Amino acid sequence: MTTNRRDFLTAAVTAAGAALTPDVPHTHDHEHQAVPSDVALRVKALESLLVEKGLVDRAALDTLIDAYEHKIGPRNGARVIARAWADPAYKQRLLANADAAIAELGYGGMQGEHMVVVENTPQVHNMIVCTLCSCYPWPVLGLPPVWYKSAPYRSRSVIDPRGVLREFGLELPAGVEVRVWDSTAELRYLVLPERPAGTAQLSEEQLAALVTRDSMVGVAKVAPPQAGVSA
Amino acid sequence: MNGVHDMGGMHGMGPIQKEKNELALHERWEWRVFALRRAMGAWGKWNIDVTRHEVELVPPADYLRMGYSERQFAAFLVLLAKRGFITPKELDAAKPAPGTPVAVPALTVEKANLLIAKGAPTSRDVPVAPRFQTGQRVRARNINPVGHTRLPRYARGKLGVVDRDHGVFVFPDTNAHYLGEKPQHVYSVRFAARELWGQQAAPQDSIYLDLWDDYLDPA
Repeated sequence: MTTNRRDFLTAAVTAAGAALTPDVPHTHDHEHQAVPSDVALRVKALESLLVEKGLVDRAALDTLIDAYEHKIGPRNGARVIARAWADPAYKQRLLANADAAIAELGYGGMQGEHMVVVENTPQVHNMIVCTLCSCYPWPVLGLPPVWYKSAPYRSRSVIDPRGVLREFGLELPAGVEVRVWDSTAELRYLVLPERPAGTAQLSEEQLAALVTRDSMVGVAKVAPPQAGVSA
Repeated sequence: MNGVHDMGGMHGMGPIQKEKNELALHERWEWRVFALRRAMGAWGKWNIDVTRHEVELVPPADYLRMGYSERQFAAFLVLLAKRGFITPKELDAAKPAPGTPVAVPALTVEKANLLIAKGAPTSRDVPVAPRFQTGQRVRARNINPVGHTRLPRYARGKLGVVDRDHGVFVFPDTNAHYLGEKPQHVYSVRFAARELWGQQAAPQDSIYLDLWDDYLDPA
């Protein structure tokens, strides 16, 4: 590697970083910036360059973005969970061979090529993390939220899972066994949460509406239907 | 490498920051980075382990300061230059060097849809014997490679039990350095929380890691 090349690589990293404000905790609702940030301009410049060189096709970029922004998200996973609650045979297939069972509902693909489903019970609580980067089961949950990719979640989930769950509002009884799944390889995990009480009469569709993304990551339970909501 | 990316068990990172109406990516440029990385990946000039390692090489202070997408973008620029797709001059000018031939994009809409639907499996259908059986006691090796590894520091040297054999997968430690796929078995290994963290952990809790044959010894 030449000196020039090394300087450039350093500069590329530094410039990409320097353009940004410090990593302020994201506690506010985000508003669109009126003026594009430096990094936004740099990304735009790179995209133009790559398009002009014929290296990328803008229509393919738009296809990818549309899929993960609008089509693939936690409603997919919620349908899997609802089916498992409604159909004991499906649940067995899901726990034994998650790829095939998830494919039965038409889901699968990038970052969900090798799926494992782990079941929560009154005695066992599972939660998922990727301490090394941000591995997450895209076909069933979409792209991960910011907190999942953040240093606090990645660092603490394995050493203090109960403390992390408490911050999500979930206080587990001392007797419950916590299992944390660190996604260190290409297996992608989905938690099968406990079916809440008072849902015996619900349709599969109504069950799916109860299932949240957080419950499928294992940082929340599925709440029973709210009083007054048709059951 | 023993980088800041390997943060399992670290203290001082603060509370979990939840947002109202959480989105995976907030700004349009983040979505463009997301898509550009996949579109350029289709050229086959690197693999998923290379891209992960490039992010790990972002200097630690920058890594921690940057948000997720900034970090990915920084590593992506470096990778594009390393693999000869862009030059510093072109990046500064946002223009191809004069006389650069125009390529045909590797990722078409059709191929993008295929990628979304099928992904890129890293399992390998090759006859490799497993070194360990389900239920076997194992010790994670105490290794400290300067290159890429998916064996986190917090598990090195620790005792665990093989919970299940996931089959044969590409080995990241070689694949990240273009040294071959070295396919081998990956196991889910259960470590008691107290084995990893001592008496402060709850006695019945455990952490499961997916670990390759080369990360483990019999115990």
